[in-house]
Amino acid sequence: MKDNFSGSLQSTIIFLIVGGILALAFGGYFSTASNQVSRSLVGVQTWVSDRFLTIRDILSAPSDVVYLQNQNAQLEAEISGLQTQVIQLQQQLKDTEVLAALVDFSQSNPESIYKAASVIGRDPSPFLHYVIINVGSNDGIRRGMPVVTNQGLVGRIDAVIADASRVQLITDPGSAVNVRLQSADTDALLVGSVTGDLGLEMISQDVTVQEGDVVLTSGLGGDYPSDLLVGQLLNLRKRDYELFQQASVQSTVDFSRLEIVLVIMNFKPVDVTPLLPDETP
Amino acid sequence: MAITSRISLLSGYADLLLVVVAAWSLQKRAQTSIHWAIFAGFLVGWTSAMPWVVPVVGYVITALFARALVRRIWQTPLLGMFVVVFIGTLITHFLSILVLRFMGSALAFADALSVVTLPSLFINLSLALFAFPILRDLAVWVYDIEDEDA
Repeated sequence: MKDNFSGSLQSTIIFLIVGGILALAFGGYFSTASNQVSRSLVGVQTWVSDRFLTIRDILSAPSDVVYLQNQNAQLEAEISGLQTQVIQLQQQLKDTEVLAALVDFSQSNPESIYKAASVIGRDPSPFLHYVIINVGSNDGIRRGMPVVTNQGLVGRIDAVIADASRVQLITDPGSAVNVRLQSADTDALLVGSVTGDLGLEMISQDVTVQEGDVVLTSGLGGDYPSDLLVGQLLNLRKRDYELFQQASVQSTVDFSRLEIVLVIMNFKPVDVTPLLPDETP
Repeated sequence: MAITSRISLLSGYADLLLVVVAAWSLQKRAQTSIHWAIFAGFLVGWTSAMPWVVPVVGYVITALFARALVRRIWQTPLLGMFVVVFIGTLITHFLSILVLRFMGSALAFADALSVVTLPSLFINLSLALFAFPILRDLAVWVYDIEDEDA
């Protein structure tokens, strides 16, 4: 009975101590000590955590660097590929615009059959104005066929091999094209020059021509079909003591930027040489 | 050739092959320079509407002139290069004008000289400045010789 009494007393004392501590804690008397303890614990936890993370980074870093290097190389290759793609697409867009203009031209001139060709070279001699195109006799190209763009007359085929042709531009010093001034309705001769400028000769003195007149092919001589646009008349020169008027012509074609041209396939040049009278000595 | 030939000034163009032929012919050990001149001439003649005789003869004369000059002014090779390119360009252009006029082209000599030949000379001489050291290094590499003997 004595043992039971001492056990109950112990329980009561423990209960009172715990209750007292709890009452003091709830009363805020332990907050300073509690804060000190928790701050210490958080400090310890932070220190342990930092060390753990550092060690983990050291152990796993090599594989990350290799991974990042690979990813960087992949991204650089991807960027390079995309840049190439952008340049190709820009070039394709440019080609498409040129081709669309040529298609419009061919649709608006359905009487002719056209063959599109790319300009792949130019004559290395500075005295000659020729270009080389990537279609030849295998594509049905024949010597003398006229070459145009949507902007106007370019020249005619001068020489042909299997897969390429050489085009004599109308700006070549050896080129002569029979033309017609649209508003004056008179014929003249368009000649090239070593500088690439176009000159108009054999304009009759009786005819009134004005700067800005449109120059078209006349079809005379059988070298070119008629009514192909050549350019506009500039700088007329009229002297009373000369037999003919002279003028310069601004071509509608930019010959320095020729990229794609059209060959008129269904035009056969006529050789009128046998019909010309022999020159008397 | 396709790119450098498009370097233009007025109506004059660079003639890279002529410059290369001149520079190679000025290398003391380059005994095959005449062969290269003929090959270059045929190459230009094949692509050009100009009769093939013109570039072949022009380049061969240039190479022969360079070979004749190479031992005489060896101490100032760059001066020799300029002289050869100058004379070679003039000869090639003179031949071109002559042949084109003979073929019936209405080529004005004064125009050709002022807007084609003089600008071409300027471009070719500019190219010569870079071409000579490159061809000299090539000769050193090809013939496995000391730089001074090139």
